[in-house]
Amino acid sequence: MENLVEAKALTKHFGTFEAVRGIDVEVRKGEAFGFLGPNGAGKSSTMRMISCVSGRTGGDLKVLGMDPDRDGPRIRARIGVVPQLDNLDLELTVRQNLQVYGRYFGMSRQKCREKAVELLEFAQLADRADQEVEPLSGGMKRRLTIARSLVNDPELLLLDEPTTGLDPQARHLLWDRLFRLKQDGVTLIITTHYMDEAEQLCDRLVVMDGGRIAAEGAPSELINRYSTKEVLELRFQPGAEKPDLERFAERVEVLPDRLLLYTQDGEHTLAKVHEHGVQPIQSLVRRSSLEDVFLRLTGRTLVD
Amino acid sequence: MQTLRASWFGFEKHWLWYRRNWRATAVSSFLSPLLFLLALGLGFGSQVQSTALIGGVPYLQYLAPALVVITAVQGATFESTYAIMSSFLWQKTYIGMVATPITPAQVLYGQVLWIGSQLFARSVVFVVIAAVLGAAASPAILWSVLFATLAGLAFSCPLIAYSATLDKPDSFNTIFRFVLMPMTLFTGAFFPVSQLPDWLLPLVWLTPAWHGIELARGTTFGTLGFLSGLGHTVYLAVLVAVGVVLAARSFRRRLAV
Repeated sequence: MENLVEAKALTKHFGTFEAVRGIDVEVRKGEAFGFLGPNGAGKSSTMRMISCVSGRTGGDLKVLGMDPDRDGPRIRARIGVVPQLDNLDLELTVRQNLQVYGRYFGMSRQKCREKAVELLEFAQLADRADQEVEPLSGGMKRRLTIARSLVNDPELLLLDEPTTGLDPQARHLLWDRLFRLKQDGVTLIITTHYMDEAEQLCDRLVVMDGGRIAAEGAPSELINRYSTKEVLELRFQPGAEKPDLERFAERVEVLPDRLLLYTQDGEHTLAKVHEHGVQPIQSLVRRSSLEDVFLRLTGRTLVD
Repeated sequence: MQTLRASWFGFEKHWLWYRRNWRATAVSSFLSPLLFLLALGLGFGSQVQSTALIGGVPYLQYLAPALVVITAVQGATFESTYAIMSSFLWQKTYIGMVATPITPAQVLYGQVLWIGSQLFARSVVFVVIAAVLGAAASPAILWSVLFATLAGLAFSCPLIAYSATLDKPDSFNTIFRFVLMPMTLFTGAFFPVSQLPDWLLPLVWLTPAWHGIELARGTTFGTLGFLSGLGHTVYLAVLVAVGVVLAARSFRRRLAV
């Protein structure tokens, strides 16, 4: 299978700070690939190197089979980038933002006009086409940013924290657009610190922490490998001493406000805990998620 | 060739913006020369006795070519401070541009191209207004359009290089007060620099405004020698070139990290 991105021992330093400390990554054609990790894990630095904006400090990097150091503009011509922070032209209209961006790729004015109409439809912004961008809602601006990144029909689309700061409805609308792109054969690379986003969107992902890759695989694979089927969450009075329940579960994580008991059967474990006379103020049985994988791998939660 | 094309797209973006917003800028680019010429040329000038030092010409005509230059340098200052910072920090439009085949240096060239054409257009408006008000001593005042643009860019480019390194706009006010203001008042636009104390002159010679004014006034009144004309032009061109090189470096450092 063809790899659109290949990184070997890739590093990025800013002065003495090592943002990326030697990562190996392969992104295959047609897949949705994720970088999951907390803020400061090195996800965005990696994305900026892949998008050929920022040079690498060390290691090898090939994007679309080319070297970003040598062929930056040629690679950028064939990829789309959705940055973490919107950088739309606020004083231009929605339509003009799309047209201007098409021009940056050297497309003819006629082609830019046509493409803008098509993308306005895709972003569900046709009724706002000739209004300025400034007053649009966060979700609309985000959709416009994504639409803009598609103006050159990219083979590879890079999305850096695409839904951070959006309300649930806006997020689902965005996810829907991304699914459509995937169906159309666009390869997606997504960074996120939302585990549900990673689970929903990514075929394969790496968990990043402190500039390194902690684990790699499909979301379900990672959950199977690093966690149990179910999790029993027990909440206790703040400040109360938490009982030692190690013997009831395969593994116990102690968080400031609750205990997580990793087990194959959460209800069964809960019954045993009750039998033992432990009375939490709240209990919850749920399936394991990537959050649990991350906790297992790093000892920390994803979203602080 | 590729660079020129890519820079042109950056220019186009501004042009698109301008087509939507030209009314707002047109008023100011039309009004400010009018007010300056009316107040300083006709009003204040009516009380000024022409001397041999200014060639015995009416003060209004003496003033006009220099005001074209001063206005361009002022315009250049505003275009090279907050606007640049916003494109990096607030609107972040530069960051969006370098995600396309356009390189940081080409982003800069497009910006300079835009500023240059703005200065040129405003200078044309200024000269036309001056002509209508009888402030044009000769058709050669048209040259001041070119020299004003050149002087404006000679200040703009190094200033862009500086603005592109900043994270806060605090120092802009210092530049407006302690660089732009004295450069407006003391570089020969309103009175000959020979009236200034000698120790101040080297400082005056450093300013793009003085060179621009010498060129614009010298061509308007036909008093400019070939060699001094060449010297002033070369000095301004060097400032533009050095400014562009430094600014391209600032842009790369800022955008390609």
